[in-house]
Amino acid sequence: MSTATTSAPVTAPSAGAPAPARPRRRLLDRLLKVYVWLILAWLFLPIVVMIIFGFNDTKSKSNVTWQGFTFKWWGMLDQDPKLIEAVVNSLEIAVLATVITTVIGTLMGLAMGRYRFRGLGAVNLVLFAAIASPELVMGSSLLSLFVSAGVQPGFVTVVIAHVLFSLSFVAITVRARVVGLDPSIEEAARDLGASTWVTFWRVTFPMILPGVISGALLAFALSIDDFVITQFTSGALQTFPLWIWGATRIGVPPQVNILGTLIFAVGVVIAVVNTVTARRRT
Amino acid sequence: MKRFAPYLLILPGGLWLAIFLVVPMVFMASVSTQEGDVVNGFVQTFNLSIYGDVLSQYGTQFLRSAGYGLVATVVSIVLAYPMAYWIAFRGGSRKSTYLLLVLLPFFVSFVLRTVSWKFLLADNGLLLSPLKSLGLVPADFHVLQTTVAVIGGLVYNYLPFMILPIYVALERVDPRVVEAAQDLYAARRQAFTKVVLPLSLPGVFAGVLMTFVPMTADYVNAEILGGPANTMIGNIIQSRFLVNNDYPSAAALSFALMAAMLIGIFAYARALGTENVLEAAAR
Amino acid sequence: MHQDSSLDAALLRGMTRPRSVTRRDAFRLAGLSAAGLALTACGVQGKKAAPPQKDAVADYWASKKKNGTLRFANWTLYIDKEDGRSPSLEKFTADTGIKVTYTEAIQDTPSFFGKIQPLLASGTDIGYDVMIITNGIHLSKAIALGYLVPLDHSKLPNFAANAAEKVKNPTWDPNNTYTIPWTAGLTGIAYNPKYVDEVTSVNDLWNPKYKGKVGMMLDPQEVANFGMFAEGIDPDKSTEADWRKAAARLQKQRDDGLVRKYYENDYVDALARGDIWITMAWSGDIFQQVAEGKDIKFVVPQEGGTIWTDNLCIPKTAQNPLDALTYMDYVYQPKIATMLVEAINYITPVPATKDLVLADAAKASGDDKKSLEQLASSPMVYPAEADMARLRSYRALTTAEEKVFESIFQPITQG
Repeated sequence: MSTATTSAPVTAPSAGAPAPARPRRRLLDRLLKVYVWLILAWLFLPIVVMIIFGFNDTKSKSNVTWQGFTFKWWGMLDQDPKLIEAVVNSLEIAVLATVITTVIGTLMGLAMGRYRFRGLGAVNLVLFAAIASPELVMGSSLLSLFVSAGVQPGFVTVVIAHVLFSLSFVAITVRARVVGLDPSIEEAARDLGASTWVTFWRVTFPMILPGVISGALLAFALSIDDFVITQFTSGALQTFPLWIWGATRIGVPPQVNILGTLIFAVGVVIAVVNTVTARRRT
Repeated sequence: MKRFAPYLLILPGGLWLAIFLVVPMVFMASVSTQEGDVVNGFVQTFNLSIYGDVLSQYGTQFLRSAGYGLVATVVSIVLAYPMAYWIAFRGGSRKSTYLLLVLLPFFVSFVLRTVSWKFLLADNGLLLSPLKSLGLVPADFHVLQTTVAVIGGLVYNYLPFMILPIYVALERVDPRVVEAAQDLYAARRQAFTKVVLPLSLPGVFAGVLMTFVPMTADYVNAEILGGPANTMIGNIIQSRFLVNNDYPSAAALSFALMAAMLIGIFAYARALGTENVLEAAAR
Repeated sequence: MHQDSSLDAALLRGMTRPRSVTRRDAFRLAGLSAAGLALTACGVQGKKAAPPQKDAVADYWASKKKNGTLRFANWTLYIDKEDGRSPSLEKFTADTGIKVTYTEAIQDTPSFFGKIQPLLASGTDIGYDVMIITNGIHLSKAIALGYLVPLDHSKLPNFAANAAEKVKNPTWDPNNTYTIPWTAGLTGIAYNPKYVDEVTSVNDLWNPKYKGKVGMMLDPQEVANFGMFAEGIDPDKSTEADWRKAAARLQKQRDDGLVRKYYENDYVDALARGDIWITMAWSGDIFQQVAEGKDIKFVVPQEGGTIWTDNLCIPKTAQNPLDALTYMDYVYQPKIATMLVEAINYITPVPATKDLVLADAAKASGDDKKSLEQLASSPMVYPAEADMARLRSYRALTTAEEKVFESIFQPITQG
């Protein structure tokens, strides 16, 4: 949740304190390192399989046994326009939901981290409820609301739902960042004659920016991956996860593996860029 | 002006949560006490006995889900803690890279990863057929459609949500404090149990919150990896709602699930002595 | 949250005190919130659609014009396809000028119906002008609730001329008032002869030798029929007591650990992967597997098998009903029906296709020739009279019966 602090460590002293050289300790550390890599391998195993089977020269509609290497599916990506449409929907929803969530979540985080005000307890309670309610419950109650209000489930309702479940994550991430700020820096800026507006954009915002970025990344990842709440609020709209869910009843074609690979590659690029820029910042 | 600033800031998000979280919950509570069927319509009768009915009818699935959720959560803690520990204290300058590696699988759809497991675990699949041809497991051995497959899938899918909060909590522990503790207690184990572990508990708590809730309400893993004896309450709610259009009983189950979760979480928070649950979650 | 208990209390009050609004409002809200059963709110509840009057049919169609577009919701892999395009749909567009948006929106009837029902109930466009619903509980519901447009048979000349007599006037839709068939299929048993001895009887699904390797279907109607076949009950004449007997039999099969899983269409992959050895199966799926060279057998068990029909119908929210009706008639041209059956491999409602398939086979060569000949002679596509005698439909159910039926069979597949 508070990955804010993760991509750019706040507390300098904790980073990379060298371990005293004791042989038993070294062994334990080494074992732990192996363990970490084993877990990472486990996390990536199904993804590797997914990538490999995008190259499977399968004849039938089901892609379950290895039948030789081929690039042919890459050329047939556009064969199923509905699949492409689903992926595009997923991306559009994720971008839109991320933007909305980041803006209103950051505002909330600022308010909650900065001010004490009547109603803060209630806001906390609702945010907590948003995290503690299973998506299943959120989705089913939202569906009741949408259809009863005469709103046809579709693109807009999915965006609404995605903003709903990622909002609390962004707000809390940003709040954590705001609480960790040293108020004297802002005071100094104001003492030097900067207006509230200028102080915010020149001083406060750059300081909370890592939190905002982490929150946005998390919101994007949550949205593009979401299945449960989307299933309840999508109506006739297809997203990539929904399309796959449907396809599991018939047989998942290799194009799905390729599209999964492509989206994964985008994730890798974002991650690399984020790492590099985070390093430059520190 | 300054008095209103926090309200202005909170307004958009607050409205969003009020309209799309609180209001629908109230609606669902109301639906749950209606009676009728799709053909004849639903009428509000404040029929509270439905809660008893659905809970007795689907009690097994409720308990099973809670059991799966608990086991999967405990397994997650055991798997995640050493990993978070190592990244926080020994990750060095690569810390954020490791964390991104943990998060990266999220870019592949959760459903697709689970389907990939179904494929890996198939009776004659990549993992089992070598074992079978070596004679290490009997020929009719299978993992798919067993409890192990479902819990394994749950742990797999939600593990990062356990690693991250524990990491964040550990990362805040000043290594100098640990060193001081080691000087004091002279034993690593004691330094760990008396200093590091207590300091990291809020992270574990947050991790439990972030994994137990979605795991218990999950239906994707049971659907894709499970068999007839693995149906979870999520599967029931999903099919009652989306397939059978039996709204009252689906809403009642959903509401009961929500209530059970909230009560459980607050009781858990009390027991931990965490006054403000959100604070713990946020840290 | 303890800082501000006043608001919490207000929230709780709001949640526990529905009488803070007027009773009427509460009723309205509650009714509305039943996931859009606007039925309640509009006071239409409890009203079942009466059979349409002849005038009603004429009235509905009188004002309808062709709009040149058609939105078609079909099952996955249920139409002819070449390089991602459908020649029969393209020919339709070329012949009639109607552009088709083709969507593979249906993976199984219950979830599809669950998805469109709230929309149909509130009269909101479901996004399709023509769709496919299998005969059975959901189709009966759709008809009873007035969700379907009655067809104007004066605009269906090809159907009148070319449809097989046995598909006309089915029990679930007398006089084809609302539906005409797209294809039909059989539910039988498929098995992998590598692991399973020759199968002739339903009881092989209960054979302890195949423990944990048996696939059954998730659909309550499908498993119910097989439970009844095993008990020697004719589903058409079955009573509640019969259902309970069949259910007990199915429950035992499950409790004994014979059933690996209750599958939807994914039993095909499970069978191909070797997760299951013997399973309830749909004829067309298995025909395709066999055509791809897999060693899988399909039988209609001696006790009986199920025949079902997937029907074309027009939802009442259709925006282009006349285009939809035009398409429904179009596919009854023997040439078009032949294009479809050669790709879908299920039972076609147009018997004249058999000769056309054979004619195509005569023109083709090599593998194509072989597979077309196989198609024309396959009992899975052109069932023999002897097989037909053993086939039963799903039990037709009233709404009251359906509740009992589902409460008996659903716990088996979904417990």
